[in-house]
Amino acid sequence: MSDQRIRFYQTGTFTVGNRLLDPSDRAVQASTARANALTSGHRACQGCGEALGARYVLDAAMRATGNQLIAVNATGCLEVFTTPSPETAWQLPWLHSLFGNAAAVATGVAAAMRVKGKPVRVIAQGGDGGTTDIGFGCLSGMFERNDDVLYVCYDNEGYMNTGVQRSSATPPTARTATTPAMGPERGNVFGTGKSLPLLAMAHNLPYVATATVADLHDLEAKVTCAMGIHGARYLHVLVPCPLGWGHPTDETIRMARLAAECGLFPVFEAVDGEVVSSTPIRRRVPVEAYLRGQKRFAHLFDGPTPDPRIARLQALADQNIRRFRLQPEVTP
Amino acid sequence: MKLPFAITLDPGSSRHNHTGAWRTQRPVYVDRLPPCNATCPAGENIQHWLFLAESGDYRAAWEAILADNPLPAVMGRACYHTCETACNRAKVDEAVGIHAIERFLGDLAIEHKWPAPPCAPATGKKVLVIGAGPSGLAAAYHLARLGHAVTIRDAMPRAGGMMRYGIPRYRLPREIVDAEIQRIVDLGVTLELGVRVDDLPGAIAAGGFDACFAAVGAHLAKRIDLPAPDATRILDAIGLLREIEQGGVAPLLGRRVVVYGGGNTALDVARTARRMGAADAVIVYRRTQAEMPAHEDELREALEEGVQVRWLSTVASLGDGDITIEKMRMTLAGPVPTGEFETIAGDTLVLALGQAVDLAPLRAVPGVAFTRDGSVEVDGALMTGHPGLFCGGDMVPAERTITVAVGHGKKAARHIDAYLRGTTYAPAPKHAPATLERLNPWYYSDAERTVQPQLEMARRQGTFEEVHGGLDTSTALFEARRCLSCGNCFECDNCFGVCPDNAVIKLGPGLGFRIDLDFCKGCGLCAKECPCGAIDMIAEQT
Amino acid sequence: MLKQLECSRAIAEVIARCRPEVICAYPITPQTHIVEALSELCRTGELAPCEYINVESETSALSVAVGASAAGARAYTATASQGLLHMAEVVYNAAGLGLPIVMTLGNRALGAPINIWNDHSDAMALKDAGWIQLFARDSQEAVDLHILAFRLAEELSIPVMVCVDGFVLTHSVEPLDVPSQEQVDRFLPPYHPVQVLDVSDPVSIGAMVGPEAYTEVRYLAHHKQQRALERLPELAAELAVILGRTSGALLHPYRLDDAETIVVAMGSVTGTIEVAIDELRATGLAIGAIALCAFRPFPLVELAQALAPAKRVIVIERSLAPGLGGALASNVRMALQGGAIPVRTVIAGLGGRPITRVSLRRLFTSAAQDALDDLTFLDLDTGAIDRELARWGDQRRSGPSAENLLRDTRRPR
Repeated sequence: MSDQRIRFYQTGTFTVGNRLLDPSDRAVQASTARANALTSGHRACQGCGEALGARYVLDAAMRATGNQLIAVNATGCLEVFTTPSPETAWQLPWLHSLFGNAAAVATGVAAAMRVKGKPVRVIAQGGDGGTTDIGFGCLSGMFERNDDVLYVCYDNEGYMNTGVQRSSATPPTARTATTPAMGPERGNVFGTGKSLPLLAMAHNLPYVATATVADLHDLEAKVTCAMGIHGARYLHVLVPCPLGWGHPTDETIRMARLAAECGLFPVFEAVDGEVVSSTPIRRRVPVEAYLRGQKRFAHLFDGPTPDPRIARLQALADQNIRRFRLQPEVTP
Repeated sequence: MKLPFAITLDPGSSRHNHTGAWRTQRPVYVDRLPPCNATCPAGENIQHWLFLAESGDYRAAWEAILADNPLPAVMGRACYHTCETACNRAKVDEAVGIHAIERFLGDLAIEHKWPAPPCAPATGKKVLVIGAGPSGLAAAYHLARLGHAVTIRDAMPRAGGMMRYGIPRYRLPREIVDAEIQRIVDLGVTLELGVRVDDLPGAIAAGGFDACFAAVGAHLAKRIDLPAPDATRILDAIGLLREIEQGGVAPLLGRRVVVYGGGNTALDVARTARRMGAADAVIVYRRTQAEMPAHEDELREALEEGVQVRWLSTVASLGDGDITIEKMRMTLAGPVPTGEFETIAGDTLVLALGQAVDLAPLRAVPGVAFTRDGSVEVDGALMTGHPGLFCGGDMVPAERTITVAVGHGKKAARHIDAYLRGTTYAPAPKHAPATLERLNPWYYSDAERTVQPQLEMARRQGTFEEVHGGLDTSTALFEARRCLSCGNCFECDNCFGVCPDNAVIKLGPGLGFRIDLDFCKGCGLCAKECPCGAIDMIAEQT
Repeated sequence: MLKQLECSRAIAEVIARCRPEVICAYPITPQTHIVEALSELCRTGELAPCEYINVESETSALSVAVGASAAGARAYTATASQGLLHMAEVVYNAAGLGLPIVMTLGNRALGAPINIWNDHSDAMALKDAGWIQLFARDSQEAVDLHILAFRLAEELSIPVMVCVDGFVLTHSVEPLDVPSQEQVDRFLPPYHPVQVLDVSDPVSIGAMVGPEAYTEVRYLAHHKQQRALERLPELAAELAVILGRTSGALLHPYRLDDAETIVVAMGSVTGTIEVAIDELRATGLAIGAIALCAFRPFPLVELAQALAPAKRVIVIERSLAPGLGGALASNVRMALQGGAIPVRTVIAGLGGRPITRVSLRRLFTSAAQDALDDLTFLDLDTGAIDRELARWGDQRRSGPSAENLLRDTRRPR
């Protein structure tokens, strides 16, 4: 810790750049030479977390690979808002095939690069629907074969492109168009949950990590690390959606930060199937601080007393904090 | 390659689509007034000089201080730094140690003999400054830099005023005071010492001065009458400190010294008494610690050095080798006597009950008016009712600190300059405050302030060596970099990074950023994620 | 050089000589022998460089091919039946993106009821996906069509499906000539994609296209197929010079001179039909046949010309379009629209049911006497059907028909 105190200045590692930092210590996003792999003019909503996350990831990967990078995209918001013909917002070679097959298409691209002896790397990317639901079969196959692909899931916890329906990544109690805030148990059900990072780890992948758009340095470091490894890798990035979550457009990053700081979204990395590090919570908040800012959880707070299910969500957060050691100073 | 129709597209062609049309509000870069600057009595642009110091450009930082305050090394030691009390970082972890950095810069300048920046061409105007204390010196410095010929006259044999004759050496070493005064003298200021000016209009006329700034301070000790068998055992604080400084015969304090009063001077006397060999130094103060006007740090250090305090007590009478005090009780109306008395050991009683201004030289000046509590009345330009005669420092109604004095010096100089040019001086309008609520403190690393080294206790109790050490280059840099840069862009690149639409254009070092309104959708993320609150969102007009 | 080979093995060997760079494999009967043989050729290094990828589903199999092809690699896969349906979404996608993938389809019936034997239900299910569909009439043509398929696909930037009857062809062992490497290389140049994922020229492939251009995109897909109608005969002729035999065509005519009755069919049944025709011609019946090789694009003009002299047309249909009849017959009728030639649909050989010479002779004789209904099911067990229909009449819920029929057909009669 003392090293870090000396090394970083008024803003530590957390701002994008800083004139006082050595350029190599600044985020890729601080550089005017960044690739802007996803450039202006795209049709994402105001304050879109996914647009931000995709540029963060791809620019970091572009730097890590010396721009020797191809992206494969699943159907979804990211695909639709970037490539309505006749205009595309991508500035790297990019291929969209279908909703559920991005991982397999990426395998094909990687195979083509290998057979042709080109040192070009491949990223496959999709939303949580294209990853945790419809694309999971292809993804698991790509994982198991250890194909040389980094798969990036931009998780906004629902099918936002089709109008905010529930996915297997939608948190319990959240209101979506198919889990309305009606009936005795309003919002999404408490299932068993489905953690793609843990499923990826169950494939013994050489590298699995989670990140959010709120901690750019952490995110870029993980992308850079991932691009330094060959084989199947998985990165799960939380990207809040102002439309689907119902928060103001300027709170996208704050929501991602709160998700991590309350423990509901654990930020960690795993190597060969085992968690090797987690990003400690800097300023822990109760889940309520996170939930209250979002209309999708508004029904938890509209009664005379708060919904008792908030306690169950808090228990999930607490479990994450124990399981991923998100508060190292607190012994479990 | 020739692309297949519609399905395959040229890179970056989306830039034809100007999403700026979606916008209902736009981000605007602003400068806000940080609390340190807002509260600095000397009007220092602290955030600005810290910004310069953060990059290691100490000379530029020091010169930025000098634009407002010619005495950084003194101020870094003797100022009670309201800036740090106001500092937004105090609510995050601990305030930035501004005074320590200022002192570091001041000492560095002395070490390297950096001169003050050059003066403007001579105006041919002459200004008389009465009093070589912080206020007079500051005024002389600024007037000289503005091109005026300045003469300072002071009744004491050496320049410095309260910096020399009021503040003990262990807080303010004299070589520091000397060095900073010399730098002002080096600008061409004439210093006439040991000259008391009793006939002010006469002196102005005789010297052919076009204006005068009087800042003679408040050197008359306030006294009370106490029953005492031997009046020589009652001393006044300011006189005592002055005598010690002048190096004459050390007054006989005895082994047990009682100091009456609760201001900083009381603490200075008590701590001085300890250094002069008093076994007991007891402060008697009629209220509680919460009401004590002395600075908290001064009290803490005094207690560390063995000074004792009798709270809620007044001195009733002096006996032979003892002093009788009466216990007080706090009420909403203030302390009231309880009728309960106690006798404590005491060889000497030092009264530290405040000081008054010697108004004699001004009494006869036409047009000059006085307040009921014995200060000189001045207008917003610090000018008295006598045209061309300005006053500042402890003489005018204000808090009596060295920093206020320096601030008066600067302010008076600007108004005198305007007066001499036949214009008026209007300071630039102040920016709106940079409040903590506007900041995004998550981005700042946890970094506790650097502790300045302190002299070991044995030497603090026996010698007049300076108690506080200075920062070194690395600790000063670290401390400067703890500044949050409240309300002013420090080029952290957050806005550039967090825009989902790449609509922030980075202009390069020192040039800041610009919003690309062709693409900015007005989401507000840049403003929300600006660590220092330097972006406002304003509604689009149509 | 003729060698006694299983057709699947021969297909694998010719594929290898087409120098594919990425092969994706997922097992489904009856195409498995092809990809098994290819895995061997890759392991032994006979086929190199080539990435052989075992995937976890047909969707992935074709998706991997999509990625590889878009990245500039020559890609191949094979499937059948349910597998084709499983990848259906990708089948359309590959065509929409104009990726010149070659895929062997080991034609097989579709479930339920599950059935692993040959018919054309699978190919017909995806006939309008935008692929070129070529049907092999025999094992040798099945082998040769693959060379043609790669050349055509890459020239026009369109995927090609080579339809090879499951078991009947895929598993038959007979003397076959696998074109030599030199012969293949003479015919098939290296792959030069019209669009490719290239870091030095970074395009976006697979954009969303709205109403303003979607029709044009579809028109262009149709246009490519029309171009294939022109190029396929030219390329087949070129290949024939190299191989010394005719393989691939829009259609193969058989004994059409003065034929009053013309039988139209696709795939391996052609051989049986030709034998039956020879026998009937010997009795004086004026009958001939057309084996369609190109089903997509459909050679409307060429077929109409070939059928023009006929008095009647019989379509032997290897799949059923329930509620209509047959897909092939509908297409043939479209070729003959405006004319007066009647077209009869004969549903035959579903789910591997043998189409015998005897049945065909009886059918053709009947047809020549204009005694055929518009829609006929060859060798239908009408007894079993009648009993089941009676059961339906008795009770609304009578259990799964397939099982009932199976029980009935096994019941001693």
